[in-house]
Amino acid sequence: MAPEAVVFYVLASIALIAAVMVIWSRSVIHSAIYLVLTFFCVAAVYVLLRAEFVAVVQVLVYAGGILVLFLFAIMLVNLGDPGGSRVRLHATLSGFIGVSVGGMILYVYSTGRLASALVVNPPAAAGGGNIQLLGAALYRDYLLPFEIASILLLVAMIGAIVLARQKY
Amino acid sequence: MPVPVSHILVFSLLLFSIGVLGVLTRRNAIVILMSIELMMNAANINFIAFSQRLQNMVGQVFGVFTIAVAAGEVAVGLAVVLALFRNRDTVYVDEVHVMKG
Repeated sequence: MAPEAVVFYVLASIALIAAVMVIWSRSVIHSAIYLVLTFFCVAAVYVLLRAEFVAVVQVLVYAGGILVLFLFAIMLVNLGDPGGSRVRLHATLSGFIGVSVGGMILYVYSTGRLASALVVNPPAAAGGGNIQLLGAALYRDYLLPFEIASILLLVAMIGAIVLARQKY
Repeated sequence: MPVPVSHILVFSLLLFSIGVLGVLTRRNAIVILMSIELMMNAANINFIAFSQRLQNMVGQVFGVFTIAVAAGEVAVGLAVVLALFRNRDTVYVDEVHVMKG
């Protein structure tokens, strides 16, 4: 097996185990820590897939920004460790739904409609990464969506401030 | 580097399923938001995998957009959780049934 494949499988396993621990651990702080582990593993997978810029953005925004936001919210809310809140009463039903959704998509995969020629190509342009290509695509072909995304972030920021204000 | 795209898709599928399970089973609103982040990450992995497979930058562009939208979403979501905690003194979604006549 190629070393790259080995690295991918190891990273994917760590990410999946950490993701399971996110929803399994009782303490919310533990969930947040496992979430940052998942984000780092996914960022490493992005590097493997030659998406270096997206990997850097993932680490900056998710591991840097969103995790701090989560920790702030956890500290502000400051609930104790509630006993027995891990799983709701209808956990069996929810598990059934989750497993059947997963099984359905796995079945589509296994029928082979997607498997035709789905082998990753060798990188076209090595050398220097892909940031130039990404920048050209982002600022030339997708300039309007880019600006709309910045307006969306502004609106989200204003909305968050208004919602979290002390008095209405 | 033979990592087949189908394996990456199965990875993202499993991550997405874990996120769905978290949203459905947990009661804490903060953990539900974390599970939503897991699902967005899974979708992002699909974008990047197909961008690499097709040698096309559009997937990575939309990956960046997804991350921006996720940041905005989590900011507003946590603000909602804070407002909920201020008004109802709980973050457990089971206990928020104000509109349930």
